[in-house]
Amino acid sequence: MTNKEKRKAARDQFIEENGIIFLDNVSMNYPEKGNPAVKNVTLRIDKGEFVFIVGDSGSGKSTLIKLLLREILPTSGDVFVMGQNTRKLRHSQIPKFRRNLGVVFQDFRLLKDRNVYENVAFAQRIIEVPSREMRRNVPSILSMVGLAGKYKANVRKLSGGEQQRVALARALVNKPSVLLADEPTGNLDPNNSWDIMDLLAEINEQGTTVIVVTHSPTIVNSMKKRVVAMKLGEIISDEQEGEYINED
Amino acid sequence: MKIRTFLYTLWQGIRNMFKNGWYTLASVATIGACLFLLGMFYSIVSNAQHILYTVEEGVSVTVFFNEDVTDAQIDAFGQELLQRPEVRDVVFHSDEEIWATFGPSYFGPDYQEGFPENPLKGEHNYEVFLRAVSLQDQLVGWLQTKPEVRLVRYSEVTASTLSGFNLMLVYVSGAIILILLAVSIFLISNTVRVGISVRSEEIGIMKYIGATDFFVRAPFVLEGIMIGLIGAVIPLALIYYLYDYVLNMLTTRFEMLSSMLSFLTVAEIFNVLVPLSVGMAVGMGFLGSFITVRKYLKV
Repeated sequence: MTNKEKRKAARDQFIEENGIIFLDNVSMNYPEKGNPAVKNVTLRIDKGEFVFIVGDSGSGKSTLIKLLLREILPTSGDVFVMGQNTRKLRHSQIPKFRRNLGVVFQDFRLLKDRNVYENVAFAQRIIEVPSREMRRNVPSILSMVGLAGKYKANVRKLSGGEQQRVALARALVNKPSVLLADEPTGNLDPNNSWDIMDLLAEINEQGTTVIVVTHSPTIVNSMKKRVVAMKLGEIISDEQEGEYINED
Repeated sequence: MKIRTFLYTLWQGIRNMFKNGWYTLASVATIGACLFLLGMFYSIVSNAQHILYTVEEGVSVTVFFNEDVTDAQIDAFGQELLQRPEVRDVVFHSDEEIWATFGPSYFGPDYQEGFPENPLKGEHNYEVFLRAVSLQDQLVGWLQTKPEVRLVRYSEVTASTLSGFNLMLVYVSGAIILILLAVSIFLISNTVRVGISVRSEEIGIMKYIGATDFFVRAPFVLEGIMIGLIGAVIPLALIYYLYDYVLNMLTTRFEMLSSMLSFLTVAEIFNVLVPLSVGMAVGMGFLGSFITVRKYLKV
């Protein structure tokens, strides 16, 4: 067994024992803020789960996403994503780490000067997928999100819902193990929001672990999925088919 | 990096240039204006130094010998002079040659009448040309210690004036070139910085998707290099035609001036100006974009 294979086996074993996402007593203090953004959080998310992370503004949801993306490191405790301790990742290893982690944001974060196809293809270009394969993968994923006919369209000319679908297609085209969605319906009308949630559920059914950060009780309560509620940086409840009452 | 990735990066760099047309134009204009000023100043200073050098080349020290010094000793002394670090060239003038040159100009074609012997006998000398006029004092000091030497003729005023002027030119031009360089570097890097900072969001998105620093940076760096290159070529072309035009005008309209002064050719100026300008512009484009992008890569 090569060293690479040994490391993969160790990671797989870790995921088996601790989940695909594992936060071990994690706290995060921003120096400029008094109270910790995340406080003594321990959380395990297993492979293939669909989890809502809910909470009011300032509850620590966004910090949690930043910790998972290895945008920041915890002040104390460890964050394990796909068996990798984010603290032990070197700067040069972060890009490869993020390629297995699809991410969707509330404000879509698309490359505005490129068309739909190029936005999705970009995720494939960075991992140097051969052009022929790219020409197969991109239309296929665009078709899955319902944008097959709009691959040439400039993303600025798309509606909010369509832009979020492009972001979703980009996040999924490299077949990530985990999909992080930070308020994916925050800028969408109810119809588009449901469409996006249906897509996320479909992706989850295909085996991808989906973590959705939201503060929309309507969506959370009707999806009947695991709900992790946060308040002032702490996890206050963690229930299968949980409910969420927005206090904002 | 695979070839298709390199080509993609190159294409993105070119595309960015056109996409951010105003930024490209502003950067090219800034680089062009700075390098044009630098190039013009360099051309003027180089010519001033060249003229000064030509004048200096004509300045010489004349060495006369004692009567008892033999021809063999004079030859040996000539060889010794040529070994001196201050000496560029040595020309021997025999007393016959001097009389044959000056006799006719003072006494007419029959200058030998009334002079049964050469009146300048024993006046043979070495005309010593210096490597730099500032070395004159050093050489004269050495010559005056030699027992063979009877007299050393030189102009202290000419040497000190030329030397002082040369030194002043070096300091002043050096200072101005340094200031122009500093201003150019500041303006160019600032333009590059502003241009990239408006695209910081784009860099952030690429990083979130998992692009490596190299993949994100390469199009920006290539764009910076291309902008630098265009920004250097335009002022160089302008200076080329302008310099040629001014040189032609000076030599045709002011013939007297051109017979007194010698100017550097365009080729001589461009031997230094092309690598300097291109190196500076491309270097600034590269470093400016490389350093600025780095700031936004920490996502």
